[in-house]
Amino acid sequence: MNAAVKSLGLSLPGFVLFAALGLSVADGSGWIGVALAVAAVVLGWLAIRGLATHFDTQGWARLGAPILLGLLILVLWEVTVRALAVPFVILPPPSAIAVKMSTSLPILWADMVQTVVKGALTGYVMGCGAAFLTAVAIDRSPFLQRGLLPVGNFVAALPIIGTAPILVMWFGFDWQSKAAVVVVMVFFPMLVNTVAGLSETTAMQRDLMHTYAASYRQTLFKLRLPAAMPFVFNGLKISSTLALIGAIVAEFFGSPTLGMGFRISTSVGQLALDMVWAEIVVAAIVGSAFYGSLAIIEKGVTFWHPSQRG
Amino acid sequence: MMRNLLSILTVVAAIIGLWYAACIPMNMHEATQQAQRAGTEVTPATASERLQLGGIALAVKNPTLWRGSFGQDRPRLPSPDQVMTELWNTTGAMALSGRAMSKRSLVFHSWITLSATLLGFAFGTGLGIILAVGIVHSRAMDMSVMPWAIASQTIPILALAPMIIVVLNSIGLQGLIPKAIISAYLSFFPVVVGMVKGLRAPGMMQLDLMRTYNATQGQTLWKLRLPASMPYLFASLKIGISASLIGAIVGELPTGAIRGLGARMLTGSYYGQTIQIWSALFAAAILAAILVGTIGLIQRRTLKRMGMQP
Repeated sequence: MNAAVKSLGLSLPGFVLFAALGLSVADGSGWIGVALAVAAVVLGWLAIRGLATHFDTQGWARLGAPILLGLLILVLWEVTVRALAVPFVILPPPSAIAVKMSTSLPILWADMVQTVVKGALTGYVMGCGAAFLTAVAIDRSPFLQRGLLPVGNFVAALPIIGTAPILVMWFGFDWQSKAAVVVVMVFFPMLVNTVAGLSETTAMQRDLMHTYAASYRQTLFKLRLPAAMPFVFNGLKISSTLALIGAIVAEFFGSPTLGMGFRISTSVGQLALDMVWAEIVVAAIVGSAFYGSLAIIEKGVTFWHPSQRG
Repeated sequence: MMRNLLSILTVVAAIIGLWYAACIPMNMHEATQQAQRAGTEVTPATASERLQLGGIALAVKNPTLWRGSFGQDRPRLPSPDQVMTELWNTTGAMALSGRAMSKRSLVFHSWITLSATLLGFAFGTGLGIILAVGIVHSRAMDMSVMPWAIASQTIPILALAPMIIVVLNSIGLQGLIPKAIISAYLSFFPVVVGMVKGLRAPGMMQLDLMRTYNATQGQTLWKLRLPASMPYLFASLKIGISASLIGAIVGELPTGAIRGLGARMLTGSYYGQTIQIWSALFAAAILAAILVGTIGLIQRRTLKRMGMQP
C-alpha cells in the first residue's frame, strides 16, 4: 500500500500541476509549453501505471484509468496547439470546440434531430424490423436459409454505402432518402445474425419441446426466440453504428440545408473546423449513447447468457 | 454442397427477377413519355396527369408499354443486363483493346481505389498489431487504452473523412495518402480488438509451459502468442479490408475527386448517369469480394500449414 500511495501521491498532483502550468502559459509559448505538456503527459502516464499496478481490482480505478488517459490527451492537444500556434484550419484546440458547441446549441440540436431521429432512427427501426421478420419467415424453409445466408453474408461485406447516390436520386433530398440508405445498410447484418440466432438451440432442447407437444408457434416464442436474443442484440449493436454512418454519409450526396452530414461538408468547405469538430463530438455522444442503451437493454433481456453472468 | 449451390442460385435468380420486375414501375414515367412522343396512345394522355400517378398504377394502365421500361439511356433503375453490359464495356472490352488504363476504364478507377485501400490496410493492420501487443503486455495500456478502442467503434468515424482530407490538403498532402489514412483508421480498430483477443488465446497451461522453459516475454510472444492468434487475426483482417475499401471510396467523395470508384459514383450522381453509378457500385462489390476472398485463401493455406485446420 505504501508503494501505491507513493507512486500515485507523487504522479497525480504532479500531472495536475504541470497541466495547470502548461495551460496558463500556453499561448504562443513555443517549446516551453510543449515541454510542460510532455512533462504532464509523462506524469499522467505514471499515474495510470500506478492505478493499474496497485488498484487494478477496484471499480473506480477501472473507470479512472481511461478517464485519465482522455484528460492527458486533451491537455497535450490544447497546450501543444496553443503553444505552437497551430493554424486554426488544421487543428482547433479543444477549448475552441467547446465554446463553439455551447454557442451553437440550437443548430447542433436541429442537425441532430434531422439526421439521427428522422434519418437514422426511422431507417434503423424499419430495416432491423424487416430483417427480423424476414429471418423468422424464412426460418421454416431450410432451402431458403441455405440460399439466403451466404448471399446475406456476401452482401454484408459489400460497400453498401455506394447505394447512397442512387437512393438520394430516388427518394429526394430530405430524410426519406437517408432512412432508405440506413434500411439497406442494416438489413443484411441484422438478417444474418437473426438467422444464425434462430438455429442456436440444441437438439436436446428441441426434443424437450417436442415431448411437451409444443406447436411451432410455442417453440418459437418460448424457446427459439429467447435463445436467439444474444445474436439479435449483436446484430442490433452492429447496425446501430452502421445506421449513423449511413445517415451522415448519405447527406454528402444531397440534403436540405440542415443535418450533420450537410453541416460537416459545408463547414469543411468554409474551413470552419470548430463546427466540424462540434458535430463530430455530437455524433460520438449520440453513437455511444445509442450503443450504451442497447447494451443495457441486452443485459436485462439476456441475463441468463454466460457473457452477462460474468 | 450441391444442395447449397442450388439454394444460392435460386435466391440469386429471385433477386434478379425482382430487379427486372422493379424496373417496370420505376421507369414507367419515362417509357410513357417516349411512347407518346413516338405517337402511341397513352393513358392518361397528359404528362401532368401521369405525374400524379405512381409508377405501379401507370404500369397497370399501360401494359403494352412495358418493353419501353428497359434499355433507356438514363433510367431511374437500369436493368441488370444494362449494368452488366456497361461493366463489360468499361472493363473487359477496354482491356482487350489495350486501353485498360484509359481514364474511361473502370479498371483504371478500381486501381486508384485499390492502391489507397491496400496502403491504408497495411498501415492500419501494422499499427493495430503493434498496439495489441502493447495492450497485452502492459496492464496500464490495457486499462486505459482498451475502453477507448471499444468506445471508438460506436462513433461514426466515417464522418471524419471530409475533415481529414481538407486538413491534409492544407499541409500539402494530396492524392493517395489522405485516402489511405482514412482506410487505415477504419481497418485499425477491428485488428486491435481481434488481436487482443487472439494474443490472449493461449491457456494458462501453455503459458506455464513457456515459463518452465524459462522463455522471455519476447520468446513467448513470438513462439506462442502470435501463432495462437492467427485465426483471430485473419477474422479481423477480413473485416478490416472491407472497411478499408469503404474508407477509400468515401474518402474520394468530399473532395470532388475525378479518379477512383467513389469519384465515378459522385460524377454519375451529378450528371444523372445512373448506369455509371450502378456499374461503379458493382465494380466495388467485385473488388470487395476479390479482396475478402484472397484473404480467405491465405487464411486457409496458412492455417493448414500451421496444422490448425484439417
